[in-house]
Amino acid sequence: MNTISTEAVQSQPAASIGTGAGPMGTERSRLMGNLGAWGLLSLGGIVMLVPFLWMVLMSFKSLDEVYTFPPQVLPSQFLFSNYGEVWDQVPVARFFSNSATVAISATLGVLLTSSLGGYSFARIDYPGRNTIFLLYLSTMMIPFAVIMIPLFVQMRMLGWINSLYALIVPGLFSAWGTFLMRQFMMGIPKELEEAAEIDGCGHFRIYSTIIMPLCKPVLATLAIFSFMGFWNDFLWPLIVISSRDLKTLPLGLAGFQQRVALNTPWHLVMALAVVSVLPILLIFIIGQKYYVRGIVTSGLKGAA
Amino acid sequence: MTGRRRRNLIAGYAFLIPNLLGVLAFSLFPIATTIYLTFHEWNLSDTPVFNGIQNFILMAGDSLFWKTLGNTFYYTFVAVPVAVFLAFWLALLLDRKMRGVLSFRVIYFLPHVTLTVAASIIWAWIFQAEFGLINWALSKINIDGPYWLTDSRWAMISIIIMSNWKGIGYAMLIFLAGLQGIPPELLDAATVDGANGWRKLRHVKVPLLTPTIFFILTTSFIGAFQAFDQFMIMTRGGPAFATTPLVLYIYQNGFAYFKMGYATSMAAILFLCILGITLFQWSVARRWVYGFDMDN
Repeated sequence: MNTISTEAVQSQPAASIGTGAGPMGTERSRLMGNLGAWGLLSLGGIVMLVPFLWMVLMSFKSLDEVYTFPPQVLPSQFLFSNYGEVWDQVPVARFFSNSATVAISATLGVLLTSSLGGYSFARIDYPGRNTIFLLYLSTMMIPFAVIMIPLFVQMRMLGWINSLYALIVPGLFSAWGTFLMRQFMMGIPKELEEAAEIDGCGHFRIYSTIIMPLCKPVLATLAIFSFMGFWNDFLWPLIVISSRDLKTLPLGLAGFQQRVALNTPWHLVMALAVVSVLPILLIFIIGQKYYVRGIVTSGLKGAA
Repeated sequence: MTGRRRRNLIAGYAFLIPNLLGVLAFSLFPIATTIYLTFHEWNLSDTPVFNGIQNFILMAGDSLFWKTLGNTFYYTFVAVPVAVFLAFWLALLLDRKMRGVLSFRVIYFLPHVTLTVAASIIWAWIFQAEFGLINWALSKINIDGPYWLTDSRWAMISIIIMSNWKGIGYAMLIFLAGLQGIPPELLDAATVDGANGWRKLRHVKVPLLTPTIFFILTTSFIGAFQAFDQFMIMTRGGPAFATTPLVLYIYQNGFAYFKMGYATSMAAILFLCILGITLFQWSVARRWVYGFDMDN
């Protein structure tokens, strides 16, 4: 399994981090401590994992088995057909492709606009820059719930209600992403581009051939954060999307669960939940280094 | 040099313009509209009617507004401190050098990356009164479990439990980064001076972690004030508005009753609450956050 390591962003190597052993601490007391920690962590770890496990197991049960007490842990027979049945009842492929379309296109847009904006804030000196940057910082403070109604009204004026445009276009711009890119680009030494400038390179050449290649790690961080944000988003799609064929996965999942109030096919709901959770867990496990780095850097920067 | 300055001016704005237009259109313009709508009554189809501060007067007499605002406060001020407290101890455990610790970190973090909608659906079933896991476990020790999600005394607690399951990994990770940023020399020096594990925690780690605690508290409060998904999925705000947070009430007023002006006014109040709490935290920070003045 890959590892979450926060050490990448630390200046100190983590080799000699305290292990809790005092001056009298022997190897033995350290081991006892580790054993205790292991016990506690395992207990908590079970609490963390059981909901996932339960979701997967339920997705293979029959409806009768779901409604039994005491619950059967393992299904008497693994019904892979549940997954096919979900497919018959709701347009899973549509949900999936809607989610993917929105998440991928908006993420690419964010990468482009944020890196351009970040470059402008970090590497070019011009009047008005700092004022505009302050404006950006202030918009980061506004919670989404505060602007959701005006934003809905705007989408309505644009004729984008019940259209994927409403999910993609407002998502193409991110003050937070611009901020992240700016912070990273500020750290790139000025000398690198001075040589290029002497050679007569314009800003766009410097941006595309010198700065951007150096920004790969922060671009990866921004990409994974944006993608997950769009993939998981629920409130905004709930507001602007109503037709079934345009629903994203969270919306389709919520609709499927609430469609029939009393006799929800919970085994099928769980199957759809598995389908929606799997890609994001995979992306996290593949890109966790960048994801964790993003959390940690924004966290520590924010703390200072 | 003026040629260069002009070039920078043009390039600066050229690079910024796509981004700036977007932020103007989808952040600043909606903020301006918010201010406009708070002074109007609007049902979305007719033209908005100016009504002064009528929305706020209405709000003052709306018992559901106060109830849902109270729910938001209850949720925030219970869920966040509990999560931060648990995450702190969890991070201390995960900071040890031992076999398997890296896998544990991933496990504790997984819920954070899961879709809230999916996590809420799973937990809705775990809390299910007749066939759910929790009441089954309780029945093993002869406890007749409550109707978690449909009992007004337990519904909010259920949602808080689910939210902390989901959120603890995030706070844990930031604590972990904070812990790993503590210079090892300091801990070694404390060891030489004869400090035991507890004293090192109390007098070295905790003081140095106060900026981290401050950061987690401020961001978590802001996030908790806006929580929506789990309420919508697990209880739909019920029973009898016991778990309707203000955001859900705003959503209902806007998109079910089409009281756009009223809903927006409540959103403005929500913003003021968040702003107030954040400013309050900043103002008391220098009393307890290590190095708060130096950093600013």
